[in-house]
Amino acid sequence: MPHPDPALALRGAGRRYGERAALRDVTLELEAGRTLVVFGPNGAGKTTLLRMLATLLRPHAGEVRVLGRPLPEDGWAVRGRIGFLGHDALLYRELSGRENLRFHARLHRVAIRRVDEVLDAVGMTARSGDPVAELSRGMVQRLAIARAVLHEPDLLLLDEPLANLDPAAATQVAPLIGPGSGRTRVVTSHDPAGGLEGADVALGLKGGRVALLAPAAQVAPAQIAALYA
Amino acid sequence: MRSTVAALLAKELTLEWRTRESVPAMVLFSIATYVVFHFGLDRDRVVGDLASGVLWVTLLFSAILGVNRLFVAEYEQGGFDGFLLAPVDRTALLVAKALTLFLFLCVVELVAVPAFALLLLGPPLTQALPGLVLVLLLANGGIAVLGTLVAGLAIQTRARDLIVPLIALPLLVPVVLAAARCATPLLADGGAGALPGNWLAILAIYDLLFALIAFAVFDFLLED
Repeated sequence: MPHPDPALALRGAGRRYGERAALRDVTLELEAGRTLVVFGPNGAGKTTLLRMLATLLRPHAGEVRVLGRPLPEDGWAVRGRIGFLGHDALLYRELSGRENLRFHARLHRVAIRRVDEVLDAVGMTARSGDPVAELSRGMVQRLAIARAVLHEPDLLLLDEPLANLDPAAATQVAPLIGPGSGRTRVVTSHDPAGGLEGADVALGLKGGRVALLAPAAQVAPAQIAALYA
Repeated sequence: MRSTVAALLAKELTLEWRTRESVPAMVLFSIATYVVFHFGLDRDRVVGDLASGVLWVTLLFSAILGVNRLFVAEYEQGGFDGFLLAPVDRTALLVAKALTLFLFLCVVELVAVPAFALLLLGPPLTQALPGLVLVLLLANGGIAVLGTLVAGLAIQTRARDLIVPLIALPLLVPVVLAAARCATPLLADGGAGALPGNWLAILAIYDLLFALIAFAVFDFLLED
């Protein structure tokens, strides 16, 4: 029985880049507070799916509803409720981490003291004054996570969020972006065991099509591995 | 929208202060061009329409350098996505970028106009200065708005360094023409003449027209 007002609802959603279909006929629902983990080889459409849900790409086919609002028409209404962590940190290299977060806080109309909270939460207070260009990739990823959760979004769209993080850093950011964050999450992963942990629904994409869609508890790591074969 | 524009403008000015990528290049280009004119024209001083033409052609080409760099940080460092993910009026980006370019042009002219007077101009600038400042501000407004619009269009293309001058220069011809006509009597031999009101009005109307066009279409430029 489908949830009356799911956080995500896609019906036959598709997206092209020129003639090439990056995403085809994706249909799924995700209830609020649940986690969807997305698996698939490079070029399967994972990032396209996330960018479409983030309102950065328009769907070219089907229906897409995010937090109850249809896209692209009502994108303006949900942007402030989405936290997006993509491959790019979306931070200016010549600004410090603190300056970058203060800039995003002003765009999202978030109190400046929240910047200190998230810097502390990702363990970057001590290096927050350094230009992003001078930080390691792991540190930049921590700042990107801080940026994504700065405005306390209802929906988190996380593209391989633990990339470049050491185990200690991954543990440190877990309360912000992990299953315990209480937020609806869409997470891409290449790690079958780690990705399924804490996920409610697993989606497998291959060549832009849905190759697997099932409750995470019922998915075996071997099924995920088959996507990459 | 005001607070968003303020945040964007502060970010732009901080980035330029740290990187010094646009304004120094524009200033150096202007001075180098005046030096080239100084030797190329093979005369000690220029006045009237020739002086006005040299002044405005140089300022126009130096503005193109700034227009080319206007959205580079947004494109290369994910600034577009960061902005598009925020629940803000997207026109704020147009306003902030146009203000940034306007300020850059003003700073460049603070150096370039005295350099022009020193290297080329016959009559002293003192008398012409109030009128010239008015013309410079109006022309800067037109270049800033149109330049921002063209830069926003070109940044999505691979050949943006080519696209910007190809689109911007023809569109900026009326601005330069009107500005040059306005400045001609100001730079005339024997002291500053009166500003031609009709050309000043054309300049102002062109600024307003493109501000309205930019306001109407900029949102679509940011759309996927």
